[in-house]
Amino acid sequence: MKLYEYEAKNIAKQYGVPVPRGRVAFTPLEARQVASEVGGEVVVKAQVLVGGRGLAGGVKFASSPEEAVEVASRLLSSEIRGVKVSAVLVEEKICISRELYLSLTIDRAARKPVFLVSEMGGVEIEDLARRYPGKIKRIYIDPEVGYTSYMARIALTALNLPWSLIGDLDSLLKSMYRIMVEHDAELVEFNPLVLTCDGRVVAVDAKIIVDDNSLQRHPELQKLHGREYLDFERRAKELGFSYVELDGDIGVISNGAGLTMATMDSILYYGGRPANFLDIGGGATRDRVKEAVKLMLQHPRSRVLLVNIFGGITRCDEVALGIVDALGEVGGLKPIIVRMLGTNEEEGRRILREHNIDSYVEMDEAVKAAVEASRRG
Amino acid sequence: MGILVDSSTRVIVQGITGREGAFHTKLMLDYGTKIVAGTSPGKRGMYVHGVPVYNTIEEAIREQGSIDASIVFVPARFAPDAVYEAVDSGLKTVVVITEGIPLHDELKFINYARKKGVVIVGPNTPGLLTVGECKLGIMPGHVFKRGSIGLVSRSGTLTYEIARELGKQGFGVSTVVGLGGDPVTGLDFIDVYDMFLRDQGTEAVVLVGEIGGDAEERFALYYRGLSVRKPVVAYIAGRTAPPGKRMGHAGAIISMGIGDYSSKRRTLEESGIIVADTPSQIPSLLGSLLR
Repeated sequence: MKLYEYEAKNIAKQYGVPVPRGRVAFTPLEARQVASEVGGEVVVKAQVLVGGRGLAGGVKFASSPEEAVEVASRLLSSEIRGVKVSAVLVEEKICISRELYLSLTIDRAARKPVFLVSEMGGVEIEDLARRYPGKIKRIYIDPEVGYTSYMARIALTALNLPWSLIGDLDSLLKSMYRIMVEHDAELVEFNPLVLTCDGRVVAVDAKIIVDDNSLQRHPELQKLHGREYLDFERRAKELGFSYVELDGDIGVISNGAGLTMATMDSILYYGGRPANFLDIGGGATRDRVKEAVKLMLQHPRSRVLLVNIFGGITRCDEVALGIVDALGEVGGLKPIIVRMLGTNEEEGRRILREHNIDSYVEMDEAVKAAVEASRRG
Repeated sequence: MGILVDSSTRVIVQGITGREGAFHTKLMLDYGTKIVAGTSPGKRGMYVHGVPVYNTIEEAIREQGSIDASIVFVPARFAPDAVYEAVDSGLKTVVVITEGIPLHDELKFINYARKKGVVIVGPNTPGLLTVGECKLGIMPGHVFKRGSIGLVSRSGTLTYEIARELGKQGFGVSTVVGLGGDPVTGLDFIDVYDMFLRDQGTEAVVLVGEIGGDAEERFALYYRGLSVRKPVVAYIAGRTAPPGKRMGHAGAIISMGIGDYSSKRRTLEESGIIVADTPSQIPSLLGSLLR
């Protein structure tokens, strides 16, 4: 789960990480209040969980509380990359000498946390990694040992900072590791971390991503879970399905994450476009299948529904009954194409046949039929 | 033949009295897996499908003799404890079926196990199976026909789909290993490919990857540097997955510029590995390599 910048900065502040003075505002009037408390020129930053905010016009400056009101009201009535802005962060404007990159993430190959350190800050890490792969220093942490201070000395060199800042950098790195462990984070990123005109190190932007599997240990965060989802994603997650919205017109229901992705990919391969990812998981019952099918029959953009089930623990007769139930409740709003095989396959097919629903044995055949139907539909 | 487990592997089921544990104990026994004991704290003296239950692995070993491997069905909160118990009890292989274990707990027990030389399969894995000998997992055993293809995968049902396609064209499987769907796992493609290289019963390898992380790219670079190889056909799921979205598995997410489909496919192909567009293409591509 991604935290908003202001939430990440509030956490960082608690751990002694230097961040600009300021706080979040949910209305233009609050923005005026914060701007006058901060004094002088301020920056007003739209709080959204999508990347590329700066380029999309989500960061503005204001030289007075009056201007802050104006800027904030414009941002608060806008959308950034399709997401409505409901809060802005109002902060002192920092005089920047250099922009640096600093993050702590998990290296999957090493199976360890790793600091990524670069003196080329301010650009997204994706671009940094592509354009200057040699400019990123990696410092690994053994999870059984934890952070130790020599890491700051290596980082100081990589960041090309003066020795006088070693104490500050040591506390900063130590805090990042504590934030990661104590909040079960998979990413703690300060980008840019800046060297100010008066020689201090300040985290001008902050990003924290918390491991979804750990949310139950953080009840204060768990209740926020799901807020980054689009409407349909939220409905699907509330029903307990793993769901991602895509932009095509063929609805997909399958069992298992890999098979669901393979179904989407095969749709593309045969010339169609998948509308979504919906994994009903292992051993889904008649009722679960019904809920999934009902959901996708009502999905506005998809014109065809493809159900692809490889029965193991999941039983084909339960799947068939669930499909029939869903059609009974919401009706045949769009063509439905079923591929299933495995446990209780014959019984499943018999049930579908009784209701004039064709079913396929081979995945490719079903996918082709769905693509064909989407062209007709 | 096959890797990691065979017909002589003596197995303990951790969390044997739970719904999942008991259900799959039956299926593993039916497959022929030599399950000698199970654990469930406080349930000593019970039997599950004829398998004696103990409070600890230590007492299971004392009463039943040596144990080689365990399979963990314990809920996420208690799973790390179960893994530490298995590692400290001297088992060689621990298969962690449990989904939803906190990432930082996984980092700790995986590092601990590796230092002790214990193989962790998973977490969040369907397990592993050496065809006709031993099933240490939850996969439907009948879809895997006996043969000489090593199958290593990051997913579950997709692997069964591919095994079925292989079987239709007369290709059987030596061992199938599910690496697990989490961002960090005990084994990766390189580890398992190395085992298949040494296994006389394996002639070629099918690698089933997915978006997220760089395990496929690392394998491709490793493969490029090998002087002795067995042929590989790969399939990667998630060509249509958008960046920044978790596709079901905790590990299936394109983030910080790492883990997209095209990077994986390109790196594999640059190493001379054929990548199939659909699961159904895999057998014919394999056939062209082996003929």
